[in-house]
Order: sequence, then structure tokens, then C-alpha cells
Amino acid sequence: MPEQKLTGAQIVIKALKDQGVDIIFGYPGGAVLPIYDAIFQQNDIRHILVRHEQAAVHAAEGYARSTGKVGCVLVTSGPGATNAVTGLLDALCDSIPLVCLSGQVPTHLIGNDAFQEADTTGITRPCTKHNYLVKDVNQLARTMHEAFYVARSGRPGPVLVDIPKDVQFADGTYVPPTEVKHKTYRPQVKPEIARVEEAIELIATAKRPIFYTGGGVVNAGPIAGKLLTQFVKMTSFPITSTLMGLGAFPASDPQWLGMLGMHGTYEANLAMYNCDVMINIGARFDDRVTGKLSEFAPGSKKIHVDIDPSSINKNVAVDIPIVGDAGAVLEDMIRIWKARQKRVDQTALKEWWGQVEGWRARNCLNYNRTEAVIKPQYALERLREALRGKNHYVTTEVGQHQMWAAQFLPFDEPNRWMTSGGLGTMGYGLPAAIGAQLAHPDAIVVDVSGEASFLMNMQEIGTAVQYRAPVKIFILNNKYMGMVRQWQELLHGSRYSNSYSEALPDFVKLAESWGCVGLRATTVAEVDEVIEKMLAVTDRPCIIDIAVDPKENCFPMIPGGKAHNEILFGPEDSPSDATPEDGMVLV
Amino acid sequence: MEEKIEKHTIAVLVDNEPGVLARVIGLFSGRGYNIESLTVAEVNNADHLSRITLVTSGTRMVVEQIKAQLDRLVPVHKVHDLTDEGPSVERELALVKVAGTGDRRIEALRLADIFKAKVVDATLTSFVFELTGTTAEVDDFVGLMAQLGLVEASRTGVVAMSKGATGF
Ligand SMILES: Cc1cc2nc3c(=O)[nH]c(=O)nc-3n(C[C@H](O)[C@H](O)[C@H](O)COP(=O)(O)OP(=O)(O)OC[C@H]3O[C@@H](n4cnc5c(N)ncnc54)[C@H](O)[C@@H]3O)c2cc1C
Ligand SMILES: Cc1ncc(C[n+]2csc(CCOP(=O)(O)OP(=O)(O)O)c2C)c(N)n1
Ligand SMILES: [Mg+2]
Repeated sequence: MPEQKLTGAQIVIKALKDQGVDIIFGYPGGAVLPIYDAIFQQNDIRHILVRHEQAAVHAAEGYARSTGKVGCVLVTSGPGATNAVTGLLDALCDSIPLVCLSGQVPTHLIGNDAFQEADTTGITRPCTKHNYLVKDVNQLARTMHEAFYVARSGRPGPVLVDIPKDVQFADGTYVPPTEVKHKTYRPQVKPEIARVEEAIELIATAKRPIFYTGGGVVNAGPIAGKLLTQFVKMTSFPITSTLMGLGAFPASDPQWLGMLGMHGTYEANLAMYNCDVMINIGARFDDRVTGKLSEFAPGSKKIHVDIDPSSINKNVAVDIPIVGDAGAVLEDMIRIWKARQKRVDQTALKEWWGQVEGWRARNCLNYNRTEAVIKPQYALERLREALRGKNHYVTTEVGQHQMWAAQFLPFDEPNRWMTSGGLGTMGYGLPAAIGAQLAHPDAIVVDVSGEASFLMNMQEIGTAVQYRAPVKIFILNNKYMGMVRQWQELLHGSRYSNSYSEALPDFVKLAESWGCVGLRATTVAEVDEVIEKMLAVTDRPCIIDIAVDPKENCFPMIPGGKAHNEILFGPEDSPSDATPEDGMVLV
Repeated sequence: MEEKIEKHTIAVLVDNEPGVLARVIGLFSGRGYNIESLTVAEVNNADHLSRITLVTSGTRMVVEQIKAQLDRLVPVHKVHDLTDEGPSVERELALVKVAGTGDRRIEALRLADIFKAKVVDATLTSFVFELTGTTAEVDDFVGLMAQLGLVEASRTGVVAMSKGATGF
């Protein structure tokens, strides 16, 4: 068969198809016009035109996290690429697999300060898992396939491929994915069995054990969640999870203690503090979780399962490190546990559960229920009831509303909950919701939002309207950057410097100007009503403006730099006198 | 709980592709690790492999973290901690320019002889010496020359290799 020549742009499209891409989020410009032209001439890949490149990346994140596939982005050179940077770093911090294609000025102009030239690989090097500049059209197919392989393998992450415009025009040879094998990158998936056996022996002797699981279980795919659930049930140990791990173990199960960390539950944090054996699966000992490191689970032996060796012993020294995929390790754990006929220490566990239930009885998520004003927690409780049993996905922005959503919305499956954890990017939620909605057209997708965060990427309503993505933007409007105000209250003498949301638009009219549905609730009685109306809208986006108590703060809270047993439960607890200097500097 | 600071020499085998050095250096600057010395050159032309030797220091936990971080860079083939993995040899090459006349010139030449430095350029008023040795030896030599009319020194930084028959 004679070697078939394709243009660089055609190679890009063919590679995307061969990699199973069905949707690409992007925004055109001079340096990617050949690729746009190739997109125009085919029907397999759907291009979603966003309104800002940052949103293209977040939308691809929402798509990726809700499907388990690699998300795909296309941006032009210069400002297109720099606009994508925040999204790329967001995906890196949260281990989301993405491939971002960027246009570049033609190779002979690189380095000449050409129009819309940026050193895109230089700028994105610390914001991506890996990146490439393709100068030879005959390397393009191979590089595309490598990019997908690197993005999805091991610890997933964003990969950028920078393609000069002349390379998009040039003729070259296509190679299929099967012919591309990466030279160096082979992450360890299967664990060292001896280590797993050691872990099993330790688990079997535990008297006050806890599972602490994270986003790595979600990264490992739905099967890992099933295996986790199976193993946790076999042991009958309590389990908590990070913000990123929610849903991998069903929240409706009695062994579930809720989220841990800064805004985690009392029972989860105290169980961590007092445990004797900690089983960390796919979580990275983030500072929002550990609090004061020297007092983090002080009396415990720690098992840490992670696919990335650099996550192990980074912040916290562990006793049994296991490098491998969470699913593969759990499978081995279950197998060895059964083969060795292990039993847990029933008496000790009974006592431990007694203690845990005591903490749980503190009912730490309780709030001041009132008819006078809509409490944000109440609005979320009503949303929870309305979504119960329905096929739904939730994204969030960043702030108090995000933490309340994590506390009050339960997830029984992984990949249903999408939030910006590591970077904490305001403006993530709306585009991520659009990405999730396009991947799951029949599901209900809600972006739990704050009024300030919403403004950061609200231009994406246009995208949602254009593609009839009926996302629900559920704004808990407290007229403040609530999370900022909360910290100012706790640490800066209630001097509310620039944290008031001045000059807000009328969100209902805003929705109407786009031809969407706008709804508002200002009284407790109206909450159920607007939720019902919102769920009835299925052909266009819907903005729900809920006027919530502007003064409400998010509790429980472990102030920065404090230990897990130093928890604030509500406004009556004041930490100001006790917040250590080193805690103040933490973010 | 003050932990001991250790000094480690690490050899890294990488694909010699554009940007690979920037990745390594960016890792060190971005994460606040120390680089005391870094050398790089292609060692296998056919496979486009380069070998980076770097000397760094930190607590045990930090050094382990540095190695793990290096290893997860996509174009990195192997990371070896020569300090941990048994005996190794380390060498640096330096070019040292000294200007002067009379006794100082003679003394410089005598010291160069003791250090087994070669003269690679000479004028009536200057020498350029080439010296190979450990970092400490080069330090000593440059220190002595500073008192005898040192104009400039150019050093390669450390290259290193494990002793014995086995290699990378
Ligand atoms: C306002 C705000 C408040 C926050 N408060 C909290 C809080 O109270 N509690 C909280 O938990 N978080 C909180 N966060 C989030 C926090 O910043 C971190 O993002 C989060 O804790 C990290 O979750 P994780 O440890 O599960 O790691 P992730 O970031 O999800 O990382 C996953 C880990 O798993 C590993 N991994 C990846 N794939 C696999 C695999 N296949 N097998 C095994 N391992 C794998 C990775 O190498 C990595 O180490 C907050 C964020 C914001 C913005
Ligand atoms: C892009 C970006 N800028 C700034 C911040 C810092 N920040 C964190 S939460 C927050 C306020 C969010 O306000 P809002 O969206 O109204 O949510 P609320 O806390 O009121 O629920 C800010 C400014 C951020 N996380 N992201
Ligand atoms: Mg707000």
C-alpha cells in the first residue's frame, strides 16, 4: 500500500479519532485555522466553541472527570495559550487527564517575537504533566499518541502539544496508535506483593483503624471504587475521604464518616487523630487535610497506596509505602486478606466504633435552622432531597458554597462530583458543568456556585445556550466572597477588606438576556419551589439566585496550622487568640 | 526536630530532547531544592541520551523527594543516587587564568605542577591552567591562585560514576 500523505491538520484529526475523542473544547485563531478547517470537513468529532480558553480547559476537565476519558482542548497561539494556563494547572493539581493542542507561529518565526507568539512550552512546563513542541510533521502523529498515553497513564494529568502553523499545513505520514510505544514512561501499576502482605498483617492487628481515601481511587476508575467498597465492608472499618475522593465509597453507607480535613466532619477528623492504623489509598496528605503536621494522627502506623512515588513520604513519613494503581492494590489486598483468612479484632473494633459514634453524635454539621432567612445549608439539603434517586452530576465553584456542597450533598458513586481542589479555581464550576452535561446529555448537572465565582466565567452561559446544555447554576448568593470574609473574621479582626460583592447584576435578568431561565428565592418557602422549577427546565441553562444568609460561616473548621482535635464548631468558638503564627501564613 | 542536611550526587539519564534541561532546572527552582552543581552532555549519540550529574543537598526526606520528582519527569530514563549506591568517583575540570610576573608567576607554575595542572595557554604575563580533580582539590587550587593573580576560573561542575564493573 502506498504511504498515504496527510496534512498536519488532518493528522491531528485522525489521531484524535483514533484516540477515541468525540468532543473537543476550543476557540479559534490564526495559528490553528488549518485545524479548524479540518474540523469543518468531518463529522466524528464535535467541536464545542467556548467563550474563553480557560473555560475550554475546565469544560474538558468536567468531561474527563465525569467520563474517565481524556478531555481534549484546542486553542490558538499567544493569548489563546496563555488563557488556557489556569485550566492546565488546575488539571495538574487535581490529576485530570487532558490533551491541550495549541497553535504556534510558523517554525521559521519562532523566537522572533512574531505576532501572537508565546513561548507556550516554556510557560506551560510547570503547569502540565508534560508538553511538546512539534517541529516536524512526520513526528506529529507519534507525538499526539504519546500525549494521550502520558495524559492517561500513571498519575493522570494535562499534556500540551504545541503545533506551529506550517506544520499543520505540511504533508506528512500518519502512524496509528498501535505503532507508538513510549521510550521512557512506564508507571508502576502492579504493587510489590511483599509490601501488600505487610499491609495486610498490619491491618489485621488494627485496634483503631481508619481508611483515608482520595482522588486516586477515582482516577483508578469505577472498578477501584467497587473494590474499595468491598474491602471496607470486609473489614468493617470506618472510612473518610478527601474532597477529591468523594463518591468512591458510598456516602449512604454507615461506615462512611464524611469528608475529613479543614472543613471535614468532627468524627472523621477525630478518628484520624486517634487512629492506630491509617490506610491511605490515593490521597496525598494535602495541608488542608493534615493540618498541623507534627500532630497529624500522632500515634498511628500509616499505609500509603499511591501510583506516584513522589506522593509518598512527601509531607508525611509513612510506615508501609505501596506504589501502584489503587484498583490493582485493592485487588491484591482483598485476595491476600481472603487467602490468609484474616479476621479483624472484633472487640477492639467494637470499642473503636463506640468512640466514633460518640463523635458522630456531636452532629457537627448541624446549623441554626430558622425561618427568617435562607441558610445555605438548608438550600443544599433541599437540593439533595430533590436530586435523590435522579441521575445527576454536581460541580462547584470555590468558596464556602463548595465546602457546604461537599458536606451536604452525598455521592454514592465516583465521577459524579467535580470540584477544583488543589488549585481552588473560582470559575471552574460552570464550564466543568457544561463539559459534564455534554458528556451526559440526559443527566441533571448542577453547578453549586457563589455569586463571586460565577462572575469569573459567566460568559460560558453563551456556550451552554448554544449547545443546549441545560446546566443548573445554583448560586448561593451571600453577597460576599464568603470564604474570604470568614477568614477575615477569624484572622483579621473582621476588617472586610474588599470581600463584599458590590454591583452585582440581576441574575434573573441576566439569564433572560441569554434566553435562559432565571429564578430567585428570597424566602425559605421559595426554595423548594425554585428547585422544582429548575429541574423542570431541560432545554436550556437555568440560573437560580438564592439569597442566603450573608453572615453564615462554614463549620466545622480547623484553622490553618491547627491539629485535628482543635476544631471550631460554630460562631461561638473563637480562634483568634489561639491561631498560631505559622498557621496564619497558610492559605 | 532538626534533621541532618545531606549532600548527594545524583546521575540522571535523559532523552536528549529540547527542553529537558529546562524541566530539570525548573523542578529545582520551582520546588526550592538546592543545586550545588549540574553538568550535562550527550553520552549516547545513537539513542540521543544525555547524562546529567547533579549535586544537591537536603534532609533525607527532601533528597528522596528530589529523586522521585526527577524520576517522574517523562523524558527521564533512570535516576541513580551515587552517594547512596556505594563508592563512586567524582571529578571536575577547571580552566584557571592567572596573570602576573616575576615570583608570583613562578609560584603559580610550581603550584600548578604540584596539583598536576596543565598549562594550556601561556603569554609572557599569564597562564591558563587546566586542572582535573575533586571539587575540594579544585577549590584549593583556585584558592591558592587567588593570591597569585587569579583573573578568572571556569569550572565544569561535578561528573561522577560508580566504582566497579557495573554501570547504568
Ligand atoms: C476552599 C477549599 C477548601 C478545601 N478544604 C478541604 C477539606 O476540608 N478537606 C479536604 O480533603 N480537601 C479540602 N480541599 C481540597 C484540597 O486542597 C486538596 O485538593 C485535596 O485534599 C486533595 O485530595 P487528595 O489527597 O485526594 O488528592 P488528589 O489531588 O486527588 O490526588 C490524588 C492522589 O492519588 C494518586 N493517584 C492518582 N491516580 C492513582 C491511581 N490510579 N492509583 C493510586 N493512586 C493514584 C496521585 O498520585 C495523588 O497522590 C479544599 C480545597 C479548597 C479550594
Ligand atoms: C481565581 C481565584 N481568585 C481568588 C480566589 C480566592 N478565593 C477563594 S474563595 C473566594 C470567594 C468566593 O466567593 P463566592 O464565589 O461568592 O463564594 P462563597 O465563599 O461566598 O460561597 C476567593 C476570592 C480563588 N480561589 N480563585
Ligand atoms: Mg458569595
